[in-house]
Amino acid sequence: MILMKIEDKLAVNKFDIDKEVHIRLREEACRECEDNPCLYVCPAGCFKLTGDGRITFSYEGCLECGSCRLVCGLDAIDWNLPRGGFGICYQYG
Amino acid sequence: MVEKFDAIVVGAGPAGSACACTMARAGLNTLVVERGKFPGAKNMWGGAYYGPLIHELFPRFWEEAPVERFIKRRKFSFLTGESALSVDFASGRFSKPPYKGFSVLRAKFDPWLAAQAEKAGAVIASGLQADDLLWDGTKVSGIKAGGDDIPADVVVACDGANSMLAEKAGLRKTLSPKDMKQGVKEVIQMPKEMIEQRFNLTGKEGIAWELLGTFTRDIPGGGFLYTNEDSLSVGVVVQLDALADKKIKADDILEEFKGHPEVAGYLRGGKTVEYSAHLIPVSGAAMIPGLYGEGILVAGDAAAFTLVTGLALEGANFAMASGIAAAETAAAAKESGDFSKKSLSRYASRLQESFVLKDLKTFRKAPHLLKNPRFYRQYPELLCETAEKIFTPDGLPRKKAWKRLMEAMEGRISFLQIIRDMWQIKRSV
Repeated sequence: MILMKIEDKLAVNKFDIDKEVHIRLREEACRECEDNPCLYVCPAGCFKLTGDGRITFSYEGCLECGSCRLVCGLDAIDWNLPRGGFGICYQYG
Repeated sequence: MVEKFDAIVVGAGPAGSACACTMARAGLNTLVVERGKFPGAKNMWGGAYYGPLIHELFPRFWEEAPVERFIKRRKFSFLTGESALSVDFASGRFSKPPYKGFSVLRAKFDPWLAAQAEKAGAVIASGLQADDLLWDGTKVSGIKAGGDDIPADVVVACDGANSMLAEKAGLRKTLSPKDMKQGVKEVIQMPKEMIEQRFNLTGKEGIAWELLGTFTRDIPGGGFLYTNEDSLSVGVVVQLDALADKKIKADDILEEFKGHPEVAGYLRGGKTVEYSAHLIPVSGAAMIPGLYGEGILVAGDAAAFTLVTGLALEGANFAMASGIAAAETAAAAKESGDFSKKSLSRYASRLQESFVLKDLKTFRKAPHLLKNPRFYRQYPELLCETAEKIFTPDGLPRKKAWKRLMEAMEGRISFLQIIRDMWQIKRSV
């Protein structure tokens, strides 16, 4: 039972979104993947599977937890933190 | 030319601020760089802090620090589909000073902690990311941040669970998802009076409630609920590699947890005001990285100092203790003018003498114990089913409780298995 959708949860968070993208997919390596663990471990649902079986990533809702970097066995995620002052800005924590 | 510091602390969490405060008090010229817009902006946790370290650094801190509630009540529950079996402990002593546990929101508490380091003389630079280490041959000689080279005699990496600096210093390889849990949490706002009525609390009293059961879908982990002044912190903590293996999202587990009849009633009428996520190092002594190098020390979550003993995960107390030990090591190094690896190796000796490495060693088998899947399904089911049968008068002649337990064991778990698991518990925790 889903009481609150992930999009609605992220909508209450405060983000200072940078113009600069901090995480990028290395598409060639990414295409080799069959299990797509990133889809399940990202707590913010930033990874999506497209109709033609590709993975896309949107950085705006990223909570900077680092889970995707650790589960990607193909080194297909060029993972960095956002620049200082940008990204998620918790008001409660 | 940028000023040279005696020490640079990266990360203004409990480890970083305790470290900076101690170094500044010892007279070291200390800089703290924090990538969040303010200290705490990137930090989250379950929500309760126990332990003596903060009392030592800041006596009677609760009189001025933004503490949410004093933990008076500790509750533990086993949940299955529709039922719950709980132990609820309350002590009047817990709601009198010196308090034993506090619920705290990091975005409010961490700025206070950093302000104490600032009062002691440290410089806090927020919104500044440490992009890389500065090297002088094989020695760390500062950091690169915001396009500047900032030199220092020693760098203390308190940059959290994902510590990129420990990796860049060659003190640790990339972490394995097997060694990590993922925590996701909602802060749910609710009027103070409603919280006090629902949880039987008065004034600043609070509850820390930890839950295990089938809602984690056979993934090692559990749920928690802590009361804040006018909100609840509600979340789950689950094994990272198992999420990927079983193709389950932590947020789906959180939703199931929030919807469990035992939990849902407490949340009714509340409004979610924040959703957060973080990684927690959970393999204890087995995953501790190199703790020191030429001109560098590693403390807090970056050093994987999290104590795993069962239902509880304790990090902040270990973070502060390691931050203080790093600071004392740096202060001694400054005195002798020697920031070499050999000089900084005293940090490890200090930790070995303190509870930090002693506790991690004592409970080194606990992380393995907690991967035992029976704690998350068979045992909660066994306890709840036995209780349910005992409390169900069915018009037939009654059976003794022992017999009810045997019935619940049938097809679920054998005597031998229970004895083996109890032995494992005895040896581990």
